[in-house]
Amino acid sequence: MTDLNKLTIADARDGMRKGDFTSAEITEACLTEIDGASALNAFVHGTADMAREQAAAADTRIKAGDAPNMCGIPLGIKDLFCTKGVPSQAASRILEGFKPEYESTITSQLFDAGAVMLGKLNMDEFAMGSSNETSIYGDAVNPWRREGSDAKITPGGSSGGSASAVAADLCLAATGTDTGGSIRQPAAFTGITGIKPTYGRCSRWGVVAFASSLDQAGPMTKTVRDSAIMLQAMCGFDPKDSTSADLAVPDFEAAITGDIRGKKIGIPKEYHMDGMPAEIEALWADGRAMLKDAGAEIVDISLPHTKYALAAYYVIAPAEASSNLARYDGVRYGHRATLGAGDAIDDMYEKTRAEGFGAEVQRRVMIGTYVLSAGFYDAYYNRARRVRTLIKQDFENVFNAGVDAILTPATPSAAFGLGEMKNADPVQMYLNDVFTVTVNMAGLPGVAVPAGLDKQGLPLGLQLIGRPWEEGDLLNSAAVLEQAAGFVSKPAKWW
Amino acid sequence: MSIDKDTAARVAKLARIKVEDDALPALAQEFNAILGFIEELNEVDVEGVEPMTSVTPQRLKRRVDVVNDGDQQAAVLKNAPDAREGFFAVPKVVE
Repeated sequence: MTDLNKLTIADARDGMRKGDFTSAEITEACLTEIDGASALNAFVHGTADMAREQAAAADTRIKAGDAPNMCGIPLGIKDLFCTKGVPSQAASRILEGFKPEYESTITSQLFDAGAVMLGKLNMDEFAMGSSNETSIYGDAVNPWRREGSDAKITPGGSSGGSASAVAADLCLAATGTDTGGSIRQPAAFTGITGIKPTYGRCSRWGVVAFASSLDQAGPMTKTVRDSAIMLQAMCGFDPKDSTSADLAVPDFEAAITGDIRGKKIGIPKEYHMDGMPAEIEALWADGRAMLKDAGAEIVDISLPHTKYALAAYYVIAPAEASSNLARYDGVRYGHRATLGAGDAIDDMYEKTRAEGFGAEVQRRVMIGTYVLSAGFYDAYYNRARRVRTLIKQDFENVFNAGVDAILTPATPSAAFGLGEMKNADPVQMYLNDVFTVTVNMAGLPGVAVPAGLDKQGLPLGLQLIGRPWEEGDLLNSAAVLEQAAGFVSKPAKWW
Repeated sequence: MSIDKDTAARVAKLARIKVEDDALPALAQEFNAILGFIEELNEVDVEGVEPMTSVTPQRLKRRVDVVNDGDQQAAVLKNAPDAREGFFAVPKVVE
């Protein structure tokens, strides 16, 4: 059988159980594809030997029967996850050479379930970026191109390598993380599915911290069903993460029934943005019609504080980042600057951090330092946290009024060209997250589903936002949207 | 609120990031662009609104006050840029 790398998780699982093919064969197909895809710069640390060992073990387990769903599934792992003995550097120079002595809870759970790790994936440095252009490894590249052009397009960020790898069929699925949209925006830019679960669903232990009150990991997959299967394996209570939710994890795949009759879907008026491309407005209207045709009730809703979410995010996220990134001091792990004869310990800190952090990370650490500094804490940080309370209340009000899920565009545009935003001011880049960031601010689950192509032939996505802890219900609505949109396009192979 | 070169230098110092003098004006300008964008939060009426401390209603769990980890000196020091005799080594701190 050829093209095993193109399988979905569900089909690979079923086929392996039937004995149609083995994990070793799928893994080999993926490794071959990865070898031929260096132009995408998606995989940045290969773990082929480990993958082959894991695949062989998975095959034994599958043969013995009763193997879990993820058994034998070859995955890419975002570089933000600490993986034991394997470089894990958050795409930063400051963690050059760092090989964790421990395994993140999420990768442990995936490996315990029999999943196979093909390697580590490119990303924006410390997950700070929307285009994968802040990475020490260089840009990850979108397998999609504009029609008739060979200009390189961003896969989005920060989980750009994950999105590129899944869209190009280098792996069956990948892990991502999402602090302001870093799973959903790249998923939309590459025509794949990605879900950020409710805050607390996935353990943050062993995932390099960016903004701890916003960070959540999630799967990036080829289908909604695959997201349900993989999310299931990633979730669960972890005593090592103090904000991990001690709640049972329902069967997400079983929740996909295709029946959304009587569900109330809200359309928030504040997501109609000035200057949004007509194609995105049209896609959104199409999504609304698809859900209505499936028997859902469509209601217009208002989330009045939406406008302020991005500004509040750009106080809270840098503030938390400045605190979290204080640990990179050149003492315990990673890079230390070469010091001069008279250099004292402060010189070591300052030189190490200046060399080790890229421009965007430095900018955010310093903004965070400023908004937390004496005299500005109330004016910036506390005000942003108050606005965050209001943003969450907006969502609570519509959910209390009976809304089950909220439909929005995933991004304000299709993917842009690498380098095109180079001279834009940082705020322009931040606008990429305008539709996704509210979800992190409110701790809600959100999923991006591919729904169409723009006139240049690039994918566009829709976002569904769910009630807290209702990922199953949310994925069911997403599956209906997926089926109705019938998005089956794949990028033409040029790499 | 406008950030000048001196404020930028102070913030860089607080963040322990070395910024050369000639890079400070551009840095101050970037801060001003971002803070200008953040200023729109001043439009929001936050009177009587509590600052969010936890996005999901939960109490932090307490664990039993017992030793449950430790004795991993080699693993802890494994990634240190400079480790000697079981310690992290740094430039001289005390004269």
